[in-house]
Amino acid sequence: MTLLDVRDLKTHFFTRDGVAKAVDGVTFSLERGEILGIVGESGSGKSVTGFSILGLVDPPGKVVSGQIIFDGTDLVAAGEKTIKGLRGKRIAMIFQDPMMTLNPVLRIDTQMVETVLAHEKVSRAEALARARETLTMVGISAPDERLRSYPHQFSGGMRQRVAIAIALLHKPDLIIADEPTTALDVTIQAQILAEVQRLCAQSNTALIWITHDLAVVSGLADRLAVMYAGRIVEEGRTADIIGQPLHPYTRGLIGSVPQGKPHGAMLTQINGMAPSLLNLPEGCRFRPRCPRADEACLVDPPLSEPIRGRGVRCVHPHLETRDEVLAS
Amino acid sequence: MIVYLVRRFGQSLLAIAAMAVLVFVGVYAIGNPVDILINPEANQAEIEATVARLGLDKPLWEQFLLFVWNALHGDLGDSFVYGRPAVEIILERLPATMELAFVALILSVGIGVPLGVLAGLKPDSIAGRSIMAGSILGFSLPNFWQGMLLILVFAVLLGWLPAGGRGETVDVLGMQLSFLTLDGLRHLILPAVNLALFKMSLIIRLTRANTREANLQDYVKFARAKGLSSRRVVLVHILKNIMIPVVTIIGLELGSMVAFAIVTETVFAWPGMGKLLIDSINLLDRPLIVAYLMLTVFIIVTINLVVDVLYSVLDPRVRLSEVKG
Repeated sequence: MTLLDVRDLKTHFFTRDGVAKAVDGVTFSLERGEILGIVGESGSGKSVTGFSILGLVDPPGKVVSGQIIFDGTDLVAAGEKTIKGLRGKRIAMIFQDPMMTLNPVLRIDTQMVETVLAHEKVSRAEALARARETLTMVGISAPDERLRSYPHQFSGGMRQRVAIAIALLHKPDLIIADEPTTALDVTIQAQILAEVQRLCAQSNTALIWITHDLAVVSGLADRLAVMYAGRIVEEGRTADIIGQPLHPYTRGLIGSVPQGKPHGAMLTQINGMAPSLLNLPEGCRFRPRCPRADEACLVDPPLSEPIRGRGVRCVHPHLETRDEVLAS
Repeated sequence: MIVYLVRRFGQSLLAIAAMAVLVFVGVYAIGNPVDILINPEANQAEIEATVARLGLDKPLWEQFLLFVWNALHGDLGDSFVYGRPAVEIILERLPATMELAFVALILSVGIGVPLGVLAGLKPDSIAGRSIMAGSILGFSLPNFWQGMLLILVFAVLLGWLPAGGRGETVDVLGMQLSFLTLDGLRHLILPAVNLALFKMSLIIRLTRANTREANLQDYVKFARAKGLSSRRVVLVHILKNIMIPVVTIIGLELGSMVAFAIVTETVFAWPGMGKLLIDSINLLDRPLIVAYLMLTVFIIVTINLVVDVLYSVLDPRVRLSEVKG
């Protein structure tokens, strides 16, 4: 059953220098309990996609068109009041930097209890009990003592666990995680990943994991969406995309990951730089950097489905077999 | 915490001692009070007798040590002009100034912080821009001129409020306070507004800058993502963070408001300490000037001490570093 259906979402930033099309026609959907990885480099619009779903795009940004259908309701049309009721309750978000997401001058219990009370009319004691329970769930020992602490008394990993606990307080249907492990060291990263995966599976919570790190998300997500310059250029099941990337950009991304390569082998790199969102190239946005580009790419390619269940926005997708890809 | 307080207290004493030297030497350098105080027709013997009586014939260091010794016993000397202890005269005037400063402080915080938050949340709105434009006027127009304009509009043209002086007072614990009577309050409004305007503008700008900064922080966005009402986000998450710098400024400014309400007191003929200081400087009443400045230093140092303690209430990170220190 479809939980979230994003159709042709466009979020633009109206700056003094012009209109930055941060998200420009993004379409994807998500089933209950499914984990979707959105991969892309900085400025590809992946975070803005996440914030758009929650209606938290800061001015001068604005969702200009499209639909975000969450459990049957179009959040773009429904307006602020409806979204506010869902935020933190049915859709929760985890941010990138755990050092910054918790308010430094408020105790953990305050920050957790207020989240409970924002959506449910329960007593403070009940809210506190729920907070304690959730902290235990995310693997924080001595929750009573921890509740009375301030964020600065926690390590980065612990803070991210607290942030995850806050996201889980209302057992949401969907969690949007915006690079939540980027600021953590590798061992903690692995712990948090496993923890989130376990908790989501337990409560059948859908997860959108936004990241620039293909290695992290490939072990976690059921499906992947690769974003480039405000658009999804390729989507499909994780194994398929990693095994046989169709879009030249995805291929470049996978080629630049050190994992699984022989020691000492050269990493491939994608030439050039991501385009400015204020001044996008004509036709396919990856064209200036693409080794396969020709005149046909001057026409904006639509999202096509050359293989069943795979979407790709490219005129010349890599339709060679997996072996050929690995050999090349 | 106690270690911190003791150390902080020691620093305060040091500041007061340093100030005592500066004040005493400074005042000593500004002319001979005998020339002003004494009858022009007095003969040399009378002048010398007066000089001896006032202790002005002794060398500077001896005068200073005597002053310190007396000060430690709570005696900052007798006023040359009034012939009474200087501290006593100042303390008589203190309630009037304190009252003025506190009402001005309440006005400037009570109006300044909300306006600053508003301007910070919506910096590009008409309201936000108007508040900022108003605050520029508030701190760039001279204080005395604002005072005169207030008198012109509210006392002369509209006739709503009295132009100067202090109204009816009530005795509360030995202090004469005027804000408890209607007449006193009417007299208090204009000078308090005058004194508050500058500080209010300062607080507005400070609050606005801090609000804008806090509003961009992840914790504010996270608070919104938790589904909190904007009211709670602003009143709890933003306000508590921006209060730290605001409290600092309030502390510093309260000291300076008490100490240097001189201009306002002069414009509105408010019988406070500031006016006393101006009169004393004109008459070279040394003990009174010294006592006034010492008392001012004491008040400012005390307020700073209180502010530092307040920090630890507002910011848990300060508390932790104290434990380490």
